[in-house]
Amino acid sequence: MPPGQYVTDGFPVLSAGPTPHTPLDEWTFSIRQGLAELKSWSWAEIRDLPAETVTVDIHCVTRWSKLDTEWRGVSMDTLLGAVEHDEGYILAFCDGGYTTNLPIADVTDGQAWVAYEYDGEPLDPEHGGPARLLVPHLYFWKSAKWVRGVELLDHDEPGFWETYGYHMYGDPWKEQRYSGD
Amino acid sequence: MEGTAVQRRLSFRPRPWQVATVTGAVGETPSVRTIDLAVPDWPGHRAGQHLDVRLTAEDGYTAERSYSIASAPGDPVAITVERLEDGEVSPYLTEELRIGDQLELRGPVGGYFVWEATDAGPLLLVAGGSGIVPLRAIIRERQRSGGDASIRLLYSSRTLADVIYRDELDAYRDGIAVSYTLTRAQPTGWTGYAGRVDSALLAEVAWPAHKDPLAFVCGPTSFVETVAEGLVELGYQPNRVKTERFGASGGR
Repeated sequence: MPPGQYVTDGFPVLSAGPTPHTPLDEWTFSIRQGLAELKSWSWAEIRDLPAETVTVDIHCVTRWSKLDTEWRGVSMDTLLGAVEHDEGYILAFCDGGYTTNLPIADVTDGQAWVAYEYDGEPLDPEHGGPARLLVPHLYFWKSAKWVRGVELLDHDEPGFWETYGYHMYGDPWKEQRYSGD
Repeated sequence: MEGTAVQRRLSFRPRPWQVATVTGAVGETPSVRTIDLAVPDWPGHRAGQHLDVRLTAEDGYTAERSYSIASAPGDPVAITVERLEDGEVSPYLTEELRIGDQLELRGPVGGYFVWEATDAGPLLLVAGGSGIVPLRAIIRERQRSGGDASIRLLYSSRTLADVIYRDELDAYRDGIAVSYTLTRAQPTGWTGYAGRVDSALLAEVAWPAHKDPLAFVCGPTSFVETVAEGLVELGYQPNRVKTERFGASGGR
């Protein structure tokens, strides 16, 4: 267990605003660079991509950890592999206006997914459904709910919580909770 | 997002742990206590923010939790803590801690669920249980700053005995309207609302959407989910509905 965390059997919810409800026939996942949309998948197209089931521990910055959670979704390697790029960072963007920043090195090599099932069921909207980012080795706010795509960037740009004082990287093993930690 | 605003928000100092001294402790309800703290290097806070508390056992075991700040900016730091039955930290804070005791804290934390006296629009505050705590800081900040923002507070509690800050809330007058709903039991002659907050109650109590209200909703997850969704249905702009949630086992 990372320092300062405690285990919960529940699945607490933390969100800054109302839960968005985007109809699946309007849902897309896009990879953008600058003003260009490099690639976009519909819900059906994402579901047709090879999927992986992963069992991971998750760690929320508010100190709860949940062990052995099971998710199913598409590896970010598959999605980012569909475009040519040599950028170092992404800014994930979501319904509701939420964003979060991540180094490319943290969302490749089997470390991140766009997850649409939790515990064998479609992902519940209050937990980020229809799909959320899953980056379990970082604090869970980096696993953006209601994700709709990523923007490729050549620099690290703070997302939503990062502009409100949370850490730019968020390593739970180093307790990088807040800016300055 | 506008560049200078980001720069301003990002200019946070590191938040070192520091030792605070308990200067007061008042029971609000049988399971809720407000603790006043003297914090030597407190950098100041904004209404709606929280802080982290760390307790260390004699064997070195530590437990940390976040608590909403109950006091207005500029006033001494206070937290209001509800005892959770299976809690690791809250039973100590609500039952064992004495005036003169010391504890470790750091903060303030959080910059989104925050109200400034300069924020536009009438205020709708919706609280479930101990979710009232950061909203009380907002009301106090409105009073302290001499602001004229009109406030409507809808506060859901199980019973009248569970209402936190009741005397203070009952005393508010000009520009602050307080409505209670009691979900489990209502005393004889109760003139407030009964039952859980739902769309019908929100439609009756909340500002109409055309006034472009700013809403702060704080409480348990299912409560916040219901209220936030209800407000969006009433026509509230989603980005004008700020939420803070705590799960039954998630433990704020």
